[in-house]
Amino acid sequence: MNHPSYAQITREGLWSNNPALVQILGMCPMLAVTSSVVNGLGLGLATTLTLVLSNGIVSSIRHIVRPEVRIPVFVLVIASVVTVIQLVMDAYFHELYKVLGIFVPLIVTNCVIIGRAEAFASKQRADRALLDGLAMGLGFTLVLITLGAMRELAGHGTLFAQADLMLGPMASDWKLTLLPHYRGFLVAVLPPGAFLGLGLLIALKNLIDRRQEQRRAARHRQAAPAPATAAS
Amino acid sequence: MRFHTYSSPHLTGPNEVGLLMHRVAWALAPGALAAIWFFGWGVLLNLALSLATCLGAEALMLRLRGRPVGPALRDGSAGLTGLLLGLALPPLAPWWVVLVGGLFAMVLGKHLFGGLGYNPFNPAMVGYVVLLISFPREMTLWPPPQGVAGLHPGLLDALAWKFLGQLPVGQGLDSLTMASPLDAVRTHIGLGQRLEEIRHLPVFGSLAGRGWEWVNLGYLAGGLWLLRARLIHWRIPTAVLGSLFVLAMVFHLYDPDNYASPLFHLLSGATMLGAFFIATDPVTASSTPRGQLIYGAGIGLIVYVIRNWGGYPDGMAFAVLLMNIATPTLDYYTRPPVFGERDPDE
Repeated sequence: MNHPSYAQITREGLWSNNPALVQILGMCPMLAVTSSVVNGLGLGLATTLTLVLSNGIVSSIRHIVRPEVRIPVFVLVIASVVTVIQLVMDAYFHELYKVLGIFVPLIVTNCVIIGRAEAFASKQRADRALLDGLAMGLGFTLVLITLGAMRELAGHGTLFAQADLMLGPMASDWKLTLLPHYRGFLVAVLPPGAFLGLGLLIALKNLIDRRQEQRRAARHRQAAPAPATAAS
Repeated sequence: MRFHTYSSPHLTGPNEVGLLMHRVAWALAPGALAAIWFFGWGVLLNLALSLATCLGAEALMLRLRGRPVGPALRDGSAGLTGLLLGLALPPLAPWWVVLVGGLFAMVLGKHLFGGLGYNPFNPAMVGYVVLLISFPREMTLWPPPQGVAGLHPGLLDALAWKFLGQLPVGQGLDSLTMASPLDAVRTHIGLGQRLEEIRHLPVFGSLAGRGWEWVNLGYLAGGLWLLRARLIHWRIPTAVLGSLFVLAMVFHLYDPDNYASPLFHLLSGATMLGAFFIATDPVTASSTPRGQLIYGAGIGLIVYVIRNWGGYPDGMAFAVLLMNIATPTLDYYTRPPVFGERDPDE
């Protein structure tokens, strides 16, 4: 078993193995709640918290869980964590909790979480597992926020509407109306817009990766003659 | 001395994509002329705008993808998409609606999938459905047909409305628009009226909706010419119209007060345009004989279901897209057996 460095873990979660753009996990909540920035942020943070806690617990009990029963144990751990988070959200962010609705308890079934528990946390030390949970969760959250921003802007012409649901009354006037007198492009807010938006984001990521790859190859070609002459 | 041996076909006609597309475009003429006559300048403006948008978007996407622009533009496929979208849109739709529809059709419906021949969905219908679910209000802006009391704007008024959003002096939007026959039937049956009473509304003509019946007959004539010229095969249009007719007949005989006659369904909305020109798109339709029959029958069924029990007055665009999704499966399961594939002793 290899032991990735902290930098590697962070890069994997945020970009090169991003749960939403590369692993394409957790599609159900990702597509369902990202109709605005605030919804995406709320669900993203709840998922991140779940990932950190469940990864930490799974990693610290990895020596006492027999491999035959590991999956049910992981599910129990995740379900307990999600239940706690759900009750906390209901108590302190009740309005946001009502907006996100069924998708908060459904974090239990989010494949990102069981996926990280099985693929990473059950084989790594607790510090790495915690960082992996944080990086993966933040990577997921960033995609949720971006997708939410795209859909909110195209659909309603605003950003950060209803921010007070999450941040209290001080954020109630955070709503930015970027396109005044905008008629609204309904398909962006409806489910097809989520699929179109996610597809465009994945395409964008692949494009950036390919550009970087080309640039690196070009640098290699330029750099290649020098060591060749040195070797001869 | 050398004897060349060629493999078949030994006679080749000038059958290119471009020729096919241009002939299909000409076959649209009777229906399109009827639509311009009955629904005014808006139809012509829609056609011009949509054509320009689709050709522009095609050229732009081809440039971005690094493909040669000229040949692909000359093959006429983008132009045909533009024509079909322009004919499907309501004549009073504002210019930006047409623009958004054309862009979605060409960019998302066609080129993101790889261009002509690779698109799983009919591009014109992708654009139309995006508009239908995004701008429900703008997509109902049908004017009263010629021969029905109401305002029939001239060219200048139509231009002012389409590009500037200015109504003729002293007129409200309500005087420019009127519910289409399918919409009228739907609303009035919802109010508990019987078809016998609804038929006396001014939007109704002798067979179906006034104007609509002639538009549909025009598309029927163009479609029959396409059949005669062997540019399309009889299976898909026959299956579409047949299943719609049979379903409408069954329900009409069962309850003539609440279910419109088969003739009304055949000559209303996008029935003929869809059956002959949209469902028969060689790229997105099923390509096996049995598959084509199922594909067409499915479209007729979905159209009837949406018209009677769905959320929209007409359902041709949704029906075509839904059956487009089913096409790969249909083709897989209805592939004709290769000669000798079956065991003769079986």
